[in-house]
Amino acid sequence: MQATLDAAFAALADPTRRAILARLAAGEATVMELAEPFAMTQPAISQHLKVLEVAGLIQSRIHGTKRPRRLSKAGIDAMDQWLAMLRKALEANYDQLDQVLANIEGKKRGEKR
Amino acid sequence: MSKMTLTTEGDSHVIVTRHFAASPEAVYRAHIDPKLIQQWMLGPEGWTMPVCINDARPGGQIRYEWSNGKGQGFYLTGEFLELEPYRRIVHVERMHLPDPTPDNHIETTFEANGSGTLMTMRMTLPDAKTREMMLATGMESGMEASYVRLEGLL
Repeated sequence: MQATLDAAFAALADPTRRAILARLAAGEATVMELAEPFAMTQPAISQHLKVLEVAGLIQSRIHGTKRPRRLSKAGIDAMDQWLAMLRKALEANYDQLDQVLANIEGKKRGEKR
Repeated sequence: MSKMTLTTEGDSHVIVTRHFAASPEAVYRAHIDPKLIQQWMLGPEGWTMPVCINDARPGGQIRYEWSNGKGQGFYLTGEFLELEPYRRIVHVERMHLPDPTPDNHIETTFEANGSGTLMTMRMTLPDAKTREMMLATGMESGMEASYVRLEGLL
């Protein structure tokens, strides 16, 4: 799977695609089943599915004449991993910044005395 | 619960907000005064920033060097684009791992909020290749490149 994080972010930027992912989180589904809750044609849904597939977020398999889709854990994990790393690093730094700011404010109060 | 929020906007931006119990002036200074930056922009425990050059004026250079004291290190360079004292900083930066990553554009704003400051950082996401490189480089601790990346790359 050659998922790129760029494609994953782009894929998730669209509310319909996020809704499709939410539906797939509940289990495998065919294009017809996915199109049902949306006021969209099957070709329109298929286009969204293609974007999600290229992004590595979903996978399909051949089952008779159908191609049911399911979530690709790898694609979603890659994106989560990157954002989690960023979040963790920022939180650690900002917690340290809280201390630095407390010292500045403390010093300021001291000078006024 | 964490005081920080991190959300994506469209396909190429990350927005980070964080509240600080200090004035916008103090939080702004902590982002441009090298002596203060060296105290907090450190990432994982054990890392220090022995070199912090931060020429806070439009066109001014930025260079941060991190070290883990065991021979490992990396650095970041950048330039300031705009500075509005105590309100807003716009700069570009790139990591050197050691090859430079593409430039990343970051806008940081500071707003008075209650008795403190709401900081909002809008970062342009690095491209997929850069993100893969970031993940693959020094990720044993999960965050060697830390804020840099954050602030920078993203």
